Amino acid sequence: MITAGIDVGAKFVKVVILKDGKVLERAKALVGFDVLKSASDLFESTIKKTGLSRNDIKRIAATGMGRETVHGKPPVNAEEVISEVMADAKGAFHLIPNVKTVIDVGAEEGRGIKVGPNGTVRDFVINERCAAGAGTFVEAMARALEIKVEDMGSLALKSTQIIPMNAQCCVFAESEVVTLIHSKVSKEDISRAIHDAIASRIGSMVLRVGVEKDVVLIGGVALNPGFLPPLKRELNSDIIVPEYPEYVSALGAAVIASEHKE
Amino acid sequence: MTQNKEYPTELLKCWNEAKNLRKSYYEDYLRAHEKGGVRWAGGAWAFSSIPAGLGEDVYCVTGEPYGATIAFFKDFAARCHDAVEAAGFPRTLCAYMRNYWGSLLLDKFVLSDGTVVEGAPIPDFIWQDHICCSHGKWYQVVKWLEKKKGKEVPMYCVDVSVGYPGPNEKVEDYKVNYIIQQLNDGIDWLEKVTGREYDDKLLCEAVWNEMKATSVWAEICSLNKAVPTPLDEKTMYSLYVMGTLMKHRPECVAFYETLRDEVKDRVKRGIAATPYEKFRVITDTQPPWGFLKIFREMEKYGVVSLGSLYTFGLIGMWEFKTDGTWVPKTLPKKKPQTREEALRAIVEWTLHKPEWAHFYKPELKTQMIKNIVDQWKVDAVLLHYNRGCEGLSVHIAENRLGLLEAGVPVFPFEGNMGDEREFDFAGTMARLTAFFESMGLKKITE
Repeated sequence: MITAGIDVGAKFVKVVILKDGKVLERAKALVGFDVLKSASDLFESTIKKTGLSRNDIKRIAATGMGRETVHGKPPVNAEEVISEVMADAKGAFHLIPNVKTVIDVGAEEGRGIKVGPNGTVRDFVINERCAAGAGTFVEAMARALEIKVEDMGSLALKSTQIIPMNAQCCVFAESEVVTLIHSKVSKEDISRAIHDAIASRIGSMVLRVGVEKDVVLIGGVALNPGFLPPLKRELNSDIIVPEYPEYVSALGAAVIASEHKE
Repeated sequence: MTQNKEYPTELLKCWNEAKNLRKSYYEDYLRAHEKGGVRWAGGAWAFSSIPAGLGEDVYCVTGEPYGATIAFFKDFAARCHDAVEAAGFPRTLCAYMRNYWGSLLLDKFVLSDGTVVEGAPIPDFIWQDHICCSHGKWYQVVKWLEKKKGKEVPMYCVDVSVGYPGPNEKVEDYKVNYIIQQLNDGIDWLEKVTGREYDDKLLCEAVWNEMKATSVWAEICSLNKAVPTPLDEKTMYSLYVMGTLMKHRPECVAFYETLRDEVKDRVKRGIAATPYEKFRVITDTQPPWGFLKIFREMEKYGVVSLGSLYTFGLIGMWEFKTDGTWVPKTLPKKKPQTREEALRAIVEWTLHKPEWAHFYKPELKTQMIKNIVDQWKVDAVLLHYNRGCEGLSVHIAENRLGLLEAGVPVFPFEGNMGDEREFDFAGTMARLTAFFESMGLKKITE
């Protein structure tokens, strides 16, 4: 059976096409101002690559903050919508059946999920109010440091000293970065301070639901090599980052769609 | 596709009576002087039956429900917040208190239907108790604000911080006597500041009314143990409020008795609060008043909130059986006949208020919530981390842990009962949806 999951996130839309539990195709694109068009274009180009048509896909589940945009609307016509929390847990379980804790750090939200049997959700926590503990924060800080966001992680790994930093608010943190720049602190150390701060915020949030192995990190920020070491320290735990961590939510949606075959 | 059972629903017959009572309450306060009456201001937890001994034309406005009323009318609330912040007060203070102060600073008074009247009425005196830090400070600032308008408002505060005895334990005499002495002094003070002669018969009547009203409200809440629940919490907010406004008045007793009989009848006939009751929840602390639509959104998933420790225990008075069962508090065998009897009765009664327990010990609150979960057949608890009320939010994170440990699913959310700037409706709904999904629920209606 072929199903699809579409994750309409804050910054990227991701599509996963699944056939009998195996990924046929995956793709992502930036979300533009016209969310429906961004999602539709990506969906159509992805199924084209597989040589399939919409009718070949038995069921589509949408997730992500923009999931309602494609719910019942052509060309995607998602049959159901699923919260990110459910999709994350199911997707991570599909990849790593021993998963007990999922940490998803995306562009705007950070989530901690306690996973139950068969990828169900036992408890979860989501950061509220500010994107200070999410990918947007890294982007904002990269701008302040005048470096590419992709370089932030590798730069942090070259740091030689620990500098405490506020991560409760993007705006205040940016002021702090500017102060550090004026104090001649190296970009490497500032970059590390930024990652430590996010890890501290995400770590304390996840501890509210409890950390149990296997711990799996997903979402776009999982691709950032500077984030993993401080998060491991915060949680005092090994953390598994699956291949294609940013697609796990879309994958989870596709898996749920295959379980809900009408 | 699974068929969803649909229960019959009906509007409450006494709904308009509730609306009218609340309307008259604010209008009576506003026009008290036109009728030659006396008006006072103070907290909903103040010993309101004591000033009742000054006469039958004594009207009050209680600060917390007034602050909540302002919060419901978001435009006016925003103006109040601006006024308070411009006056130099921080936005982290109690949101009800800030709304109340804002109304005074703007010199406007809002009625229960949202009508804004020019000129906030100045109370003849303030009658308050000190149950939390904000209650302690609230009317000191009111006094100061009124003084700036050229009016010296006398104030009397009763210190009630003697600890919570436990649900059924007898309060030690020295604690009761400490409060009785303050109330006796308060009666002398009331005579002095109003020039009126105090009537002990009216006091006894008011105390008896208060005991009856608060016990009958508990009886009404008990009826929500039925499946389907006959009342939902959103509706209860418009009903419990009488106990915060006028718990000592005969109208309040009469209304609650009418309501009790109607709710009993609903249970008997299987009338539900909401058509689809698949999942029963309770909340905690005051809701974000400007966003009560969240309850309607919940109903789309078949979720009904049937109350909370707040709606049950803020005003309701209960007895706890040895097995933990909650029953409405039994009235004393006879009505008080003297001032001494009345004061002793109301002090002992009030010190057992369930919603006062957590000020002293979080474990008691967790236990009470667990009792409600068990006895009202509740599936999950929604905890409002209410930034607008330090008093009722204190220890709430510990309550969450205690409930989780007991196997009760908990959904915590941040917000503010009286300041809409601190509540993210869309974000909260997104998280709540995820929670409902994790509980196996799906949207039933749009």
